Amino acid sequence: MDSVRSQSPTPNERAARAVALGAIFKSFFTAGAISFGGGVVAYLREYVVREHEWLDDESFLDALELSEALPGLNAVNMSVIIGDRLRGVAGAAAAVAGLLLPGMVVIMTLGVLWSEQRHNPHLRAVLIGVAASAVGLLTTVTLQLGHRQFTRPADLLFIGATFVAVSVLKISLVIVLLTLGPLAVWYYRPLTHPSESAHHFLHLRERLHSHRAHWRH
Amino acid sequence: MYKLFSLAWVFALLSIVAVGGGTAVLPEMERMVVHQFHWMGDQQFRDIYSLGQVAPGPNMLMVMVIGYRLAGAAGAAVVGFAFFLPDCILTFFANRLWSRFSESRWRTALQRGLAPVAIGLMLSGTYALARLSISNLAGLAIAAATFGILSWRRTNPLVLVSAGGLAYLLFTIR
Repeated sequence: MDSVRSQSPTPNERAARAVALGAIFKSFFTAGAISFGGGVVAYLREYVVREHEWLDDESFLDALELSEALPGLNAVNMSVIIGDRLRGVAGAAAAVAGLLLPGMVVIMTLGVLWSEQRHNPHLRAVLIGVAASAVGLLTTVTLQLGHRQFTRPADLLFIGATFVAVSVLKISLVIVLLTLGPLAVWYYRPLTHPSESAHHFLHLRERLHSHRAHWRH
Repeated sequence: MYKLFSLAWVFALLSIVAVGGGTAVLPEMERMVVHQFHWMGDQQFRDIYSLGQVAPGPNMLMVMVIGYRLAGAAGAAVVGFAFFLPDCILTFFANRLWSRFSESRWRTALQRGLAPVAIGLMLSGTYALARLSISNLAGLAIAAATFGILSWRRTNPLVLVSAGGLAYLLFTIR
């Protein structure tokens, strides 16, 4: 499978080849066990970049940007990508298993208890309050993630069109993605071809800045 | 058996269309689980979502409780695999392919184009949850307080949602 990769590994990645599966599992397990309310990526950075130095910030950002462009949960996609870079398929499996296992045990325990008590009015009141609070939480996260997009007229148009299509017109998500997705990507299609490496370098600072929101929690 | 198959299909589909993550796919999940397949009422759906908020790790692990409600332990396992495995496989191969195009400017176009769509979907997810959970001034106050505190300073979300739950409980039994 390694032949699929076109780039030779960076020194960081080469050093990372020796990482034990157990160490990968342990780091992702810890991140999965102590993160709440969408803060998983921040914890992953803490262990993967800061503590173990398995990846540098730029590789971490690359993984994060790809995770965001791909469907699925960011934290899970990040685990697959980082685990694969460290130890291939086995590393990816260890990372995802570690990330999800603690939450699975807790959510299933809560789920079984809730099933027994789901008509209890006090429990329902607590859960309504939790959901209402989550609305405030999601609003904050959305505004932080989109702080750049909310200031650009073209992006605001795409944000508005997506919201109206899903929430007002109740159009199926598949159709929304297949129409607005390509339209928005086409709008940002490459037009000029300045030096790629200079372009890349200049954007590193901007990328670091725009992703800082993820590391807050 | 038929129900397990439907669960697998629905949650595999949801995982593949979850551009922008769990919040972004919430309205579609509600539409399919509550309105299309009538697997549960919207209040049960909301309550299960809340359980995900107080469990560690990705909130969307709560999909396993939806599977559990409908088909017991087998349902939870089927939904868990259906929601996470296809996406993991897709990400695995996309990542290996993606590194070939690391210098492509279409990569930037893809990221910049999908970002506002993902934000729009997250707004829709937030709105869907607001409709399910905020029916009075107390709910609105809890949401506003959470937003205000988080904008003011970093706070552990678990503390905030627990406080929100407690506040609403006190409101109903006062």
